[in-house]
Amino acid sequence: MNEFIKLTSEVLDPQKIIGLVKSPDSGAINVFIGTVRNATKGKPVTRLDFEAYEPMAVKEIQKIINLAKDKWPINAMAVYHRVGVLDIGDIPVVIAVSTPHRQAGFEACQFTIDTLKHTVPIWKKEIFEDGEVWVSAHP
Amino acid sequence: MIKVKLFGIARDIVGAGSLEVSENINSVDELLVYVRNEYPDFTRLNSLLVAINEAYAEPGDTINENDVVALIPPVSGG
Repeated sequence: MNEFIKLTSEVLDPQKIIGLVKSPDSGAINVFIGTVRNATKGKPVTRLDFEAYEPMAVKEIQKIINLAKDKWPINAMAVYHRVGVLDIGDIPVVIAVSTPHRQAGFEACQFTIDTLKHTVPIWKKEIFEDGEVWVSAHP
Repeated sequence: MIKVKLFGIARDIVGAGSLEVSENINSVDELLVYVRNEYPDFTRLNSLLVAINEAYAEPGDTINENDVVALIPPVSGG
C-alpha cells in the first residue's frame, strides 16, 4: 500500500494529493478537506496558527494509517497537514483514501480525521480581533 | 538533568520552547508533579500528557537522562 504523510508550511493542493492515491485497482477515492472557518461559537476569527511536534506527529499519523489498514481494504492513503498561519478559507488538512469500493473509503477517511484530532500532536491557536486562544486547552 | 520540549500553550505557560529540569526526576508522574508545582497554570489545562522519544508515555513510565521528553497539552489539529 502506498502511504504519504506530510507536515508542511506550504499551501496544500487537494488535486495533487488526490493524484498520489489514484490507482487502477481502486473504485473510489474518498477525500476530507478541512478549511479555516471565520468564527468559533459566534465570535469572528481572523486567522489560525498551527504548530506541530513534527517528528512525533508523523509517527502518530503513521499509527492511524496502520490502524486504518487493519480495518479496511485500502489501496493508498495520504495525510497532509499545514503548519503556520492560515487565513479564513485556507486548507489546514487533506486526507485522501483510495479503496476498491466506496464504503470502506468513507469509513476510513472519517476514522482518520477523527483520530487525528485526538492523538496527533498538532496545536491550533485561534486569533481574534482582541486576542488569541489555544483551542481545547482549557475547560 | 532532563530537557523537556514545550509546544502550544505549554510553551506560553513556561515562556520558552524548552525547560531544563535539574531536579531528580525519574518518571512521568514525577515530571508532571514538578511542572504543576513550578507552573500552576498547568493545573488548569484539560489534560497534560508526556511523550518520551516521540511516543505517548504512561504515568508510571521511567524517564532516563538521554530520553527525548516533551509535554503534550490538549491537541487540536485538523
